[in-house]
Amino acid sequence: MADETIEFVNAGFSLPNGSSLLSGLNLAVRQGETMMLVGRSGSGKTTTLKLINGLVKVTSGSVKVEGSEVASWDLIKLRRRIGYVIQEAGLFPHYTVFENVALVPKIEAWERARIAARADEVLALVGLPGAEFANRYPHELSGGQRQRVGIARALAADPPILLMDEPFGALDPITRAEVRSEFQRLQQRLGKTVVFVTHDIAEALLLGTRIGLMENGSLRGTYTAQEFLASTDSATKAYVDVFRAGQVVGE
Amino acid sequence: MNFLFTHLREVATLTAEHLWLVGISMLLAIAAGVPLGILLTRRPRWKALILGSTNVIQTIPSLALFGLLLPLPWLGARADRLAILALALYALLPIVRNTYVGIAGISAPVREAAEAMGLTSGQLLWHVELPLALPVMLAGIRVAAVITIGVATIAAAIGAGGLGELIFRGIAMVDNQVILAGAIPAALMALAADLLLSGCEKLLSRHTG
Repeated sequence: MADETIEFVNAGFSLPNGSSLLSGLNLAVRQGETMMLVGRSGSGKTTTLKLINGLVKVTSGSVKVEGSEVASWDLIKLRRRIGYVIQEAGLFPHYTVFENVALVPKIEAWERARIAARADEVLALVGLPGAEFANRYPHELSGGQRQRVGIARALAADPPILLMDEPFGALDPITRAEVRSEFQRLQQRLGKTVVFVTHDIAEALLLGTRIGLMENGSLRGTYTAQEFLASTDSATKAYVDVFRAGQVVGE
Repeated sequence: MNFLFTHLREVATLTAEHLWLVGISMLLAIAAGVPLGILLTRRPRWKALILGSTNVIQTIPSLALFGLLLPLPWLGARADRLAILALALYALLPIVRNTYVGIAGISAPVREAAEAMGLTSGQLLWHVELPLALPVMLAGIRVAAVITIGVATIAAAIGAGGLGELIFRGIAMVDNQVILAGAIPAALMALAADLLLSGCEKLLSRHTG
C-alpha cells in the first residue's frame, strides 16, 4: 500500500456540460515505476495526467498522491513535488535556459550556489552543457533542445514524481529517438515515479514498466511490454499490429 | 512662427505645465488601470462591467467631462486637480484593456507549465504574466499617453493651464501663429511619447515575440 505513489479509485471527470471525459478509472502507480498511458486522441490520457497534479479535479471517485487525496493536498505543495513536461515544452520565453530551470528552486528559496550547481547538474543530465546553453533564450534553441530544457526544468527541484504528456511528440524521428534513449538512461539513474502519455506504441514498449491502454475515457487494462505484445485482446492487438507493420516497413 | 520664438519662455512654461498634467494623470491611470486589468484576469465575470464603464467614460466628450466633474468637492476647487482626474479617466480604457489582453493572451502551454510548477497566483503574476504581458501593456500606455497629451489641451478651457491656453488664446485672437505656438509643442510631445514608448516596447519584446 505504502509504495503506491499514485492511486486512482473509481475516478471520473465530466465537463460542466455533462459530457464524460473519464470514468471508473482504477489504477495504482507504484513508486519508481514508469507507467505509460497509450490510447487514441480523446481517450482520456491527458485528463488522467492532469488529475494527478490537480490541473483538473475529479468529478467522481478519488485520486491519491503519496497516500493523501489530491483534493486535500495544498495544490502548491503537491505541484512542487511533481515535475510536468508537455509537448510544447512551455518554456518561459522571457527567461534564459538557466532562469527557466532555476525558477522553482529560486521560489523555494534555495541558496544561489546550490541553484547554480543544480541547474548545471540537470542541464548536464539532459545533455545540454550549462556553459554553452545556460544563457540562451528558448527561441535560440532547436525543438529537441527546448524539450530537453523542459525536462531539466521539471527535474530541477528533484520532485519524486514526473508527469509527461507526449514530451517527444513534436520532435523529428531522429531527435525523438535520441531524447527518448536519454530519458531511458535518466530514468534508470533517477528512479522517479513517472506517468507518461504517448501515442507511440514503440515508445511505450521501450520506456514503460507497465503500459495502460485507454479507450473512450476508461482504462482497458495494464500490461507489461511482454504481456502487451502477447495479448489477444482486440484493442491491444490493433496497436501491436501497427507496431509490427511499422517494424516490417522499417526493415 | 514668430510668436513661438518671441514667447519662448511662456511656451516653455506652458509646455512644462502640460507635461505635468499629462504625467500625473498618466501615473494615476497606470496605478489604477494595471491592477484593474489584473483583476479582470482573476475575475472574468467583472469584465463587462469594468471594460464597459471605462469604455463609456471615453465616449463622454472631454469638455463635458471637465464640466461634469466641476461640482465635486475638493476636486472642483482647483482646475488642475479636476483636469488630472478627467485625463486619468480618459487614459484608463487602453491601459485596463491592454493589461487584460496581454495577460489573457499568454500561450496556453506556458500558462499550463507555470501552473503545474506550483507557482502561487502572485508568483505567476510576477514571474510570468507581467513580464510576458509588458509589451502589450506598454502599447496601451503609449496609446493612452498620446490621447492624454491631445485631450490635455482642452483642460485650458477650465483654466487648468497647459499648451491649450495658447490654442484657445489664438482662437480668440484669430491668430494662427498663437494657435501653432500651442499646437506644435503638443504635437511634438505626443510624437516623442510615441517614439519613446514604442522603443521600450521593442526592447521588451526582444525575447517574447
